[in-house]
Amino acid sequence: MRVGVVTFPGSLDDADAARAVRLAGGDAVALWHADADLRGVDAVVLPGGFSYGDYLRCGAISRFAPVMGEVVAAAGRGMPVLGICNGFQILCESRLLPGALIRNDHRTFICRDQRVRIENTRTPWTSTYAAGAEITVVIKNGEGGFVADAPTLERLEGEGRVVARYLDLNPNGSLHDVAGITNDRGNVVGLMPHPEHAVESLTGAGTDGLGFFAGLAALGAVPAR
Amino acid sequence: MARYVVDVMPRREILDPQGKAVLGALPRLGFEGVVDVRQGKRFEIEVDGEATDDRLADVRRMAETLLANPVIESFTVTADEPPVSPEPAGDITADGDDA
Repeated sequence: MRVGVVTFPGSLDDADAARAVRLAGGDAVALWHADADLRGVDAVVLPGGFSYGDYLRCGAISRFAPVMGEVVAAAGRGMPVLGICNGFQILCESRLLPGALIRNDHRTFICRDQRVRIENTRTPWTSTYAAGAEITVVIKNGEGGFVADAPTLERLEGEGRVVARYLDLNPNGSLHDVAGITNDRGNVVGLMPHPEHAVESLTGAGTDGLGFFAGLAALGAVPAR
Repeated sequence: MARYVVDVMPRREILDPQGKAVLGALPRLGFEGVVDVRQGKRFEIEVDGEATDDRLADVRRMAETLLANPVIESFTVTADEPPVSPEPAGDITADGDDA
């Protein structure tokens, strides 16, 4: 399984995401924001950090990066796409996922281990988890508050599209304690906490995050074009 | 030269943490009776040629496409007089004024 990891100007976690892909048995392929080319990958990760200075709104300008045109088209064909943190913001700005992410309600940056519950195991990114699995990963964001209007939230809940939900303490004011969601097809997932920082016990909060990258190998390849 | 102003505001139902921070600061400075503050963005866009309906429609599309996220923000677009001279600084000295 070839998994592309996009580097935007300001990405912080592209190297960790690529490492997580390799630890899970995949081949990590570096993708560049300015190239409208997915290099034949079978899945794409939009990593965390920042992008284009996050001027205007987080992800608002990255959404129009040349690579994103390809990502949006491939997502429409069913290619698995995972956006983590800034990547989640980009997916929402791209309208691949509903809702938006706004500044944390407590107005401070948060960085700590975070327990979340995996509530949807039908996506290619969560298929290795048991339904209802409670895992510990890392959260670090300043603008991670998930918001959507009431009908959208109702639809996400009713269709089981809340992929991950915060446990113990809501870290950022996200409505319904949403930590991650998926699109109606189930191939695009946005996640505010960072599974790629929890893939080796030496350097992270255990290895609970590895499951997000381990499920891809079982999938058939989706053509990039 | 035509000039347009796009004002972008967080939607009423969306939490505005920045406005809340300003609201919290004002009483500490002795300003009383302030019950709410909402913080938005103002864009001043200058374009070649005359102000026309087509130009206005262009700016509206800019707002819909990039300047505002309709999920969380609303916006208004207005045609504005082009600046003829640097604006007076007023009572408060503007550090960033390059005039």
